[in-house]
Amino acid sequence: MSLLKVENLQAKIEDNQILKGLNLEVNPGEVHAIMGPNGSGKSTLASVIAGREDYEINGGRILFEGEDITDLEVHERAQKGIFLAFQYPVEIPGVSNANFMKSSVNAIREARGEEPLSAKDFLARMREKSALVEIDKSFMSRAVNEGFSGGEKKRNEIFQLAMLEPKLALLDETDSGLDIDALKIVSQGVNTLRNENNAFVLITHYQRLLNYIVPDFVHVLADGKIVKSGGKELALELEEKGYDWVKDHAIEEQTA
Amino acid sequence: MTDFNEDKLIEEVTTSDYKYGFTTDIEQEFAPKGLNEDIVRFISAKKEEPEFMLEWRLKAYRHWLTMKDPMWAKVDFPKIDYQDVYYYAAPKKKPQLDSLDEVDPELLKTFEKLGISIDEQKRLTGVAVDIVVDSVSVKTTFQKQLKEMGVIFCPMSEAVKEHPELVKQYLGSVVPTTDNFYAALNSAVFSDGSFCYIPKGVRCPMELSTYFRMNAALTGQFERTLIIADEGSYVSYLEGCTAPMRDENQLHAAVVEIVAHKDAEVKYSTVQNWYPGDKNGKGGVYNFVTKRGLCEGENSKISWTQVETGSSITWKYPSCVLKGDNSIGEFYSVAVTNNFQQADTGSKMTHIGKNTRSRIISKGISAGRSENSYRGLVNITKNAKNARNFSECDSLLIGDKCGAHTFPYIEIGNSSSVVEHEATTSKVSEDILFYCSQRGMDEAQAMELIINGYAKEVLNKLPMEFAVEAQKLLAISLEGSVG
Ligand SMILES: Nc1ncnc2c1ncn2[C@@H]1O[C@H](COP(=O)(O)OP(=O)(O)OP(=O)(O)O)[C@@H](O)[C@H]1O
Ligand SMILES: [Mg+2]
Repeated sequence: MSLLKVENLQAKIEDNQILKGLNLEVNPGEVHAIMGPNGSGKSTLASVIAGREDYEINGGRILFEGEDITDLEVHERAQKGIFLAFQYPVEIPGVSNANFMKSSVNAIREARGEEPLSAKDFLARMREKSALVEIDKSFMSRAVNEGFSGGEKKRNEIFQLAMLEPKLALLDETDSGLDIDALKIVSQGVNTLRNENNAFVLITHYQRLLNYIVPDFVHVLADGKIVKSGGKELALELEEKGYDWVKDHAIEEQTA
Repeated sequence: MTDFNEDKLIEEVTTSDYKYGFTTDIEQEFAPKGLNEDIVRFISAKKEEPEFMLEWRLKAYRHWLTMKDPMWAKVDFPKIDYQDVYYYAAPKKKPQLDSLDEVDPELLKTFEKLGISIDEQKRLTGVAVDIVVDSVSVKTTFQKQLKEMGVIFCPMSEAVKEHPELVKQYLGSVVPTTDNFYAALNSAVFSDGSFCYIPKGVRCPMELSTYFRMNAALTGQFERTLIIADEGSYVSYLEGCTAPMRDENQLHAAVVEIVAHKDAEVKYSTVQNWYPGDKNGKGGVYNFVTKRGLCEGENSKISWTQVETGSSITWKYPSCVLKGDNSIGEFYSVAVTNNFQQADTGSKMTHIGKNTRSRIISKGISAGRSENSYRGLVNITKNAKNARNFSECDSLLIGDKCGAHTFPYIEIGNSSSVVEHEATTSKVSEDILFYCSQRGMDEAQAMELIINGYAKEVLNKLPMEFAVEAQKLLAISLEGSVG
């Protein structure tokens, strides 16, 4: 059974139809990359899978482990194991990273009928996972993302991912704004977390990330649809020829 | 300990309605409804007060007759009929007893429901507690230990009899009977409250705490609290309050006076959780309180911290009169209003001595159709050379039907003083809520986290045990206010 199945998904905001019949299937153990021009709907897709209510779904459905989750609330999907690493993580004044993670971890555990983590286990887990993305301990007592540099915010997203160990992780341009070293650290983090039971969807503009995290599939999203899918070579080809090549190609295919 | 409390927290956030809204079947003794000189005499006689106290009350009563309800606050409520209120209600078997076995078992059950069983308090927290139900002080724990250090912590009614010299000297010295309408009323009819005296050089080794609870219907509660910190002493004082749910409005008009002598420091913390009325604005407590501290001596310090979540109408301005040179006044406040609650609260800092400093941190949170106002006055008199004030007033709005207002008044009488004022208004952002829910938190959990983060600077000022209670209360008061 596939982990995620997006069927003919159509979503709009206000009067803007952004997703126009999108299909995507992700199986456990796979890494998918989604590329595509600015404004094509990549972040929208991630938000809609996560359940953001601002969007109206006016066609299609989303299945997670075979269950239709199209009408579930955001936190219910998160509790089932869907994680979104944000393109623009928000700041939460006065709430420490540690406290935020504690609420998060325990909310998810509670939903699964598990006991909350003891303070000792929680701290041990924080220590282990922050080492994975080389985040300094002092970050934990600072307010969530407040005053973090762009790169630090992205690293923090991957730290949270490591803490929560979701089944499906959607990474929205986590590589943007990272320097070379940070990119390596983040990629290593993701590679460590990869296993046959979870899956990653990487939204990115740069083939560079895919040198570190090698995808099984690459998709091109343009104008609210997946217009082309392929293996990891597709990313290289895109880098060389640009998106117009795919768009023209797609039109040819459609008219043919 | 922290873990245990935080688990409880989550559990309790899932039950939204006013949790303290039970009444207790204790036999009550009432004075007849309404107010006249005979009622004042009745109260004084009931308490077996010395003559001076009765005279004091009568003077206050006569002055009150000449006064009118103040109407300047940004709150809106029907005129109160002061003749339709009971001014005295007391648990009938007055438990002035030494052993808990002798206390009315119903009353003990009440304390258990409040989560403050005296026994527990004694064993676990080392907090000395005076509990006032309706108007009568029931039990003061730890009296003996405190006595050994010379600390007096007892019901006001006892202080009047046992320490008349102190009472005569200090009662009304900070809030005169003529100060305002409600202070005058309180002076005439107060039936109990706590009295606290810390002798020279003594650092009070435990938190002193009073728990107020209204129980009888249609009663007004008028406590009177007096705290005196003699030279070089220190005390931290906590006050908590709850009331049962009732359809009709209950009146609460307390007066708190604090005197800090040279080098003394008093920390006064309140968690106010009177019944706020139901979702449609029916019922709830009218909370009209006068709290004032006098920094009498040099280098003295008074610090007010308040978490206000209850009452249908709150009207209070804990203030400091900074008379001694180099004295410090502080006010830290979180005020939450939801549904149809109205709060008009803030602080007044009057600088008289040289190099006096004051700090006001106010965090208002409004939800539902509530109205939340900050009203503050920083008054720097001519002789208060080099005085400093810093004020920060933040408002947080949840939803778009509530209101937040700020009325900062500043009067500066000399040129060497500096006053800084900052104010912000913000909304709980959709983006933050989405972020939290994407991390698995439901709405209540997310709200709790966000609100406690917003109010952190104030919550951090509370003693540990109270901070946990306060966080819990904030979350409960705002339950169901988004979406
Ligand atoms: N609230 C909104 N109201 C109207 N249009 C919106 C709204 N949010 C997004 N859009 C539009 O939806 C389209 C898709 O946006 P989206 O953020 O999904 O693009 P993207 O593929 O992630 O782009 P980028 O590569 O720049 O991150 C854009 O044209 C954007 O302007
Ligand atoms: Mg995007």
